[in-house]
Formats: sequence, structure tokens, C-alpha cells
Amino acid sequence: MSNKTIQAIFDDDDVLLKAVKGLKDANYDIEEVFTPFPVHGLEKAAGLKNTRIAIASFIYGVIGFSFAVWMMNYMMIMDWPQNIGGKPSFSFHENMPAFIPIMFELTVFFAAHLMVITFYMRSKLWPFKKAENPDVRTTDDHFMVEVSTEENVEKLEEFLKNNGAKEIKLKA
Amino acid sequence: MSHYEAPIREPLIYGDKKYHDISVDVAAPVEGKANKKWWIAFTIALIAFLYGLGAILYTIGTGIGVWGLNNRVNWAWDITNFVWWVGIGHAGTLISAVLLLFRQKWRMGINRSAEAMTIFAVVQAGLFPIIHMGRVWNAFYVLPIPNNYGSLWVNFNSPLLWDVFAISTYLSVSLVFWYTGLLPDFAMLRDRAVRPFQKKIYSLLSFGWSGRLKDWQRFEEVSLVLAGLATPLVLSVHTIVSMDFATSVIPGWHSTIFPPYFVAGAIFSGFAMVQTLLLIMRKVSNLESYITRVHIENMNKVILLTGGIVSVAYITEFFVGWYSGSSYEDYTYLSVGAATGPYWWAFWALITCNFIFPQTLWFKKLRTNYIWSFIISIIINIGMWFERFDIIVIDLSRGHLPSSWTMFSPTFVDIAIFIGTIGFFFVLFLLYARTFPVIAQAELKSILKSSGDNYKKLREENHE
Repeated sequence: MSNKTIQAIFDDDDVLLKAVKGLKDANYDIEEVFTPFPVHGLEKAAGLKNTRIAIASFIYGVIGFSFAVWMMNYMMIMDWPQNIGGKPSFSFHENMPAFIPIMFELTVFFAAHLMVITFYMRSKLWPFKKAENPDVRTTDDHFMVEVSTEENVEKLEEFLKNNGAKEIKLKA
Repeated sequence: MSHYEAPIREPLIYGDKKYHDISVDVAAPVEGKANKKWWIAFTIALIAFLYGLGAILYTIGTGIGVWGLNNRVNWAWDITNFVWWVGIGHAGTLISAVLLLFRQKWRMGINRSAEAMTIFAVVQAGLFPIIHMGRVWNAFYVLPIPNNYGSLWVNFNSPLLWDVFAISTYLSVSLVFWYTGLLPDFAMLRDRAVRPFQKKIYSLLSFGWSGRLKDWQRFEEVSLVLAGLATPLVLSVHTIVSMDFATSVIPGWHSTIFPPYFVAGAIFSGFAMVQTLLLIMRKVSNLESYITRVHIENMNKVILLTGGIVSVAYITEFFVGWYSGSSYEDYTYLSVGAATGPYWWAFWALITCNFIFPQTLWFKKLRTNYIWSFIISIIINIGMWFERFDIIVIDLSRGHLPSSWTMFSPTFVDIAIFIGTIGFFFVLFLLYARTFPVIAQAELKSILKSSGDNYKKLREENHE
């Protein structure tokens, strides 16, 4: 028997949250949930792992900081040291205080932009990308859960109905 | 209940709203037709913009000699306008980032427009240093790239270069912060759109946002980290702008109080501008249910606080002018100083607008009054323009050498460019108000059950 996917539509976030918890407890396989806004606690209820995007951002920040240090050291100290207003420019550590603002700015620049780019790539968001929510109401006020099952489809449908699903259909 | 919120907290969403009503209300200005008032405002703004554009082209074609600058006062209207616009551009990120970290729910009704305002203001700010270069086609010299004279690098010791990095980082990070937040709301418009062209445009803009669980998880994490990054960023930007002055040796500029003083002033003026725009927008776009008296009052409280910090900074400058015993400081602030010298009117405009009038906000009746809030916000905008004018022009006009003391008066080109940037700002903002979801509706839906008036009443009736 092949896998069947059921799409269930809810119209309230609290009902949805309870239903998702119930599905998880009954060991159903929740494939996807589409919601119009972030429902608090839903990702925990659906058993999603934490995202590591903040760690990625930290690493990007470190890269940005290192790039800033390397760039300013190369340009101001190594490649063409100049005497500008008598400010010490012949060793990095003497000139360093003047470099702090740009070190900070580039750290933020790298951390923010690369993180957002990572987010867009991982979540597959870019111009001309086609939206994949099966029902247009899921960006307005409806919530959709996709559950797959190998066994009795009727039993799952019954379960969803008892847990407050408004509409239930089989995914084509 | 998980949506419980202390009844003492005032509702942030009024009216009998359900999730769908929020979508309808946010989409209404986008889907409806522009009314006459919008077209009148847009036409005026466009004419002002074109007038300013003409003045900019005249400046570039002829040289910055067409401005009122002279040997001694070599920064005046241009840099005043630059600092004024950058300052205004501080409120948006402060509202969306700092208030997010402090978990202030009232930010959700206003953050979208505040961020839009920020971006449009920083665009205006960026124009001034570039046209002040005179030869704008050489503007790329500020970038750390090898140029046509060999690898003569930029000077990383210069605060002016720090500014280049700070402003461009701020503009670009604010832009992606804003845009990422817009994706779910564009998706909402896309899925509602009936006309094929509108559907196409919002599909393109929404980047195919589908509202998957994992996407939302990342979305919230990205928002939080961006807020954490943007908070020190927003403080660094005006700090660095203030260093343009503070690291120089001009009496009146050479001052360690400048960074915190500028940052507070920036938030002060930024909130005033947000107040001006939102008070109009809530009426014109029928958003009275979402931008409420609570929002206005909270912003007035921030204005009162930052206005207080700015006022203390003014007093401190005077105190230090006297206490330091430096004759130059004394000159700037006391002897011929700001208050009694030839620019006394600019000085007193500053004190009246930034210090005296905002004190009225101590009274609850006045700070919850829409009309008075609007008047105060305009007064503060004017006052903060004078603050920058005072710092730049008064201090430059009275230097170490009395024989070079001089006065500044703007030419029509100076004034035209300033009017032009105001026009440009409103052109952008008016277009935004008709095509973008002006309220972060996805976020607002997530607080509807805890902070909506109808849900609060329901809970009260059920004695929960």
C-alpha cells in the first residue's frame, strides 16, 4: 500500500495546535503545516528541530570581522602606509582604534546579509519562485495540515474531524 | 488560556476583528482606488521633487559654488539636511529592532511604516554627501577599491569614511529587514489578488512565500537575530555621524558628549516623523483600529524621554562651556555665543521647539490628543533641523580667528534641494502607502487573541 496524504483545513490556531499535538501523540506523520502567521508553540508540537540559522549568522559575523581586519591592515599598513595628520599608521596595533567602527560595521554587514541570503536559499524564496501553498486561504485566516498515512485513511479523517478540521481532502 | 494578557493592558486592536478582517483592512488601500486627496498630495510632492532634481542638476552642472557656502562656513544646509534625514531614519529600526527585543507588542501596528520611512529618509540623507562632492561621477572614490591613480586606498582613519560604511550598512540591513518582514504580507496580497497583473506583481514580490512551518521558524529566528544586529547598528550610525564633528578641532564640535546626544536626538526626531506620518495614515487609510491612542501615547512617551536626554545634553554643553575654562568653548557657548549672537533666532528656535514644547507631553490629556501630537511632531521636526543648523553653522561661523568670522545665507539652490528631498521622500512614501501592506498583518494576527479588544472583552465576560 502506498502512502496517502490528507490535507485538513482548520480555521482557528488553538484548534490547530491541539490537533497537531494529537496527531503527534497518535504517531501520525505530519508532512507540512501552512499557516498565515507564526503560531506560537506549533513547531515544538509538530516536532521540528531548532533552526541553526543563528549559528550560521554568528559564523558570518566572524568572517566579516576577519575580513575587515585583513582589509584595513592590507590597505593602510602593508600596501601603502601614509602619514595622515601624524596618526600612527605603521603598525596595526597602533592604528587599530581608528579601525574599530568599520570592523563593527562589516561584522554586522556580513552577519545580516549572509544570514538573510541563507534563509532565502534554504527556504527556497526568490523572485519568480512559484508559491506552493495548496490553498490560497492559508495566507489569510485558514491553516492547513498535511498528514500522510499508510493505513486506514478513514480512521485518520475521522480523527481530524473530531479534532476540529473544517475541510478534509485527499492530496492529488 | 495561552492568550491571556493582563486586563490592565489596553487593547492594541479595536473593533470586532477576526483574522480575515485584518487581511481585508490591510489590503484595502492596495486594492482600492486612490482618492482625490492622494492625487493632490502626490502631485505636490512630485513637483517639489522635480524642482529639487533641477536644482541638483544645476549644482552638478555648474559646481557647488551655486550654494551659499563660503571659505569659513564650508558645511551648512547640505550637511544639516544630511544629519537631519539620517536622524529621522533612526526611528524605524529602533521601533522594529529594539522594541522587538523588549517584546513590545505595540510595535506591530506601526513597524512597517516606520521602517519604510527609515529607508526613504536614509535615501534622502545619502544624496547630500554625494552631491556635496561636486564631481559626483567620482563618488566611487569612497569605496575601498583600486582606482585609476593606482592603488591609492581610502583613509580608514577618517570619520567621513566610517560614515560611508555605517550609512551603507544601515541602509542595506534596514532594507533586508524590512523586505523579509514583507514577504508573508505580499503573499497575503498575492493570494487575494483578483486582477492578473496584480497577482503577477505580488507573486514576484512575495518570492513564492508559502507559509510553511519551517519557513516561519526560520523567519522568526532571522527577525530576532536581525533585531539583535540592528540594535547596536542603529546606535552606531548616529554615533559615527556625530564623530564627523566630534573628532575635529572646531570649538563647539570637539565634544565627547556628541555620540549619546546625537543618538538621542536622532530617535527624538525619528519618532516625531513617524508620529507625523502615522497620524495622517491612520485616517487616510482607515487604520484607526490598528494605530490607536495607545500607540500614539507610547510614542509620545519615547519622544518625551529622548527629548529630555537632548535637553540635558544642551544644558551640559553650556555647563562645560563655562566649567572647562577654555576660552574657545566659552566663546562658542557663552560670550558671543549661540543665545545672544547673530544666530540667536536659530538658537531660540531650537530651545523652544525641542525643550519647551515637548514638555507639554507630561500631561496625559495632551499626549493622548491626536491634534496636539501632530502639532508637536511638526514642531520637533523643525526644532531638530535647527539643532543641526546651530551645531554646523554657528560653530563654523565663529572659529579661532576672529578676522575670519562670517555669516552664512542659503541661496535658492540650497533651499530648492532641501524642498526637493522632502518632495522625494513623500513621493516614495505615498507610493508605498498605495502599493505595500502598510501594517505587518501576519505579526498582528499573532497578537489578535491576546491584545484584541473583542477577545479581551470575551475573556472578561467568561471571568478567565
